[in-house]
Amino acid sequence: MSNLLALSTKHALSVDRLTVAFPHGDRYLVALQDVVLEVKRGEMVCIVGASGSGKSTLLSVLAGLELPTAGRAHVHGRVALMFQEAALLPWLTAAGNVELALDLRGVKPPQRHELARELLGRVHLRGFENRRPHELSGGMKQRVALARALAQDADVLLMDEPFGALDAITRDLLHEELERIWSESGLTVLFVTHNPREAVRLGDRVFIFANRPGRVAHEVEVDLPRPRHLDSPDLALIAGRITHRLKLEMAGDGD
Amino acid sequence: MATELAASLPSARPQELHRTARAEQVAKFWSGLWPKLAAAALAVGLWQVVAWSGWKPAGLLPGPLPVFQRLAQDLASSDFDLGIAITLRRALFGFGVAVGLGIVAGLAIARFAPVRAAIASAILGLQSMPSIAWFPFTILLFGPNEAAIFSVVILGAAPAIATGLIDGVDNVQPLLIRVGRVMGARGLLLYRHIILPAALPSFVGGLKQGWAFAWRSLMAGEIIGVASHQLSIGLQFQSAKIAGDGRQLLALVIVVLVIGIVVDRVFGLAEGAIRRRWGLGGNA
Repeated sequence: MSNLLALSTKHALSVDRLTVAFPHGDRYLVALQDVVLEVKRGEMVCIVGASGSGKSTLLSVLAGLELPTAGRAHVHGRVALMFQEAALLPWLTAAGNVELALDLRGVKPPQRHELARELLGRVHLRGFENRRPHELSGGMKQRVALARALAQDADVLLMDEPFGALDAITRDLLHEELERIWSESGLTVLFVTHNPREAVRLGDRVFIFANRPGRVAHEVEVDLPRPRHLDSPDLALIAGRITHRLKLEMAGDGD
Repeated sequence: MATELAASLPSARPQELHRTARAEQVAKFWSGLWPKLAAAALAVGLWQVVAWSGWKPAGLLPGPLPVFQRLAQDLASSDFDLGIAITLRRALFGFGVAVGLGIVAGLAIARFAPVRAAIASAILGLQSMPSIAWFPFTILLFGPNEAAIFSVVILGAAPAIATGLIDGVDNVQPLLIRVGRVMGARGLLLYRHIILPAALPSFVGGLKQGWAFAWRSLMAGEIIGVASHQLSIGLQFQSAKIAGDGRQLLALVIVVLVIGIVVDRVFGLAEGAIRRRWGLGGNA
């Protein structure tokens, strides 16, 4: 216990020799093997890897949706999780979706309404409070999902390829907004993507995941000044190296 | 992006848009209505032709006009209206109890695996059983009274309602459940905020089907003469048949048909509203 408390001053989350295996027929499929990583408070860290490298499994374990087979994954404080799909509740309005997160957090009705408006304002959706999810574009839906995640007042925001299905310009805008919200709030962000450029655009550090079983192959410090631009040469250079590394990992896998 | 969109909205002429939308609504309503009217007119026309042909004596198979006259006369009589009221009261009461039982059984089956293993297939079996087959037994058990009718109405309707609920709960998108759990909804909260709202469209479908079963069971019970001490639509069918009154029989058929159509329409509207609100496609 004292050990955990010592970590808590510096780290927002720590993963120690985490292994996750799923039963698959009469064998076990190892999704993650001996993953070790730590994220400091207020850091934005990206994980980049090919599909099947267990990135999503890691986030599920951190969010408490999945149990470790061995090892430990620990988040200090509350955790919110965003998915590739916005996964808004279709029977609620944009504001209703945010208010539900507030409700489940224990916020009382009068503040709930006002706070939901404010949170939607933070993701630039003022005036769209009463729209239903099917009336919103893909980018707007993800904004609502982001507002909903913020409504949980989490210390750590886990993001599972949240902008993967969006067009390039919308994604660019959302990168800027995520960066702004992150720097304003002191939130810790763990962002999973399969896109090396996106990882370098956002992360203070980037973990490169190897495939089958998923594990940390390499760690890259990104010391480019913010705000960064997706098409800056410096960024492209680092992203290029990460891509190269990912290809090597996949070749080693025999694929 | 969002602000740009909002700014561009007022530039469209809202009044004109509104008028076009209104006209479109009327056109849509009419395009749905006229085929129904035409079909009804055609049916009444055919009926008239058959009646004129003299195939059956006019006392047994009257034409539309005398039947509608009789219907108007019936509706003006308090006994007839009382009969309709008694039948509707029975239908609503039986259906109401079936809804309650269907929800309890459906939730128990959806939530607890052993309960599902024990009775889910029995419920499916019940649903495929013609409920009129229960009457001999329930009359034996309760006597020829309302209790016998209600038990059959409930046996007919509750399985359909439970099945609608179970299907709805089983088919909630796993992603929505994950979202709920991430937001901290567990157990009952998860049901209240995620699973039950997500299951609502399927549940309403079950209600609609349950009503159809309830209404059929009730008519069967009343016509075979259960609880015949009270005036009811079924009893009026029986007495009209004994009196050989074709006009009265057809007037009653029309009443039963109209009640069926109206209730089905109400469920249809509810289903459509929910589907629209849930962002599901289709024009239910």
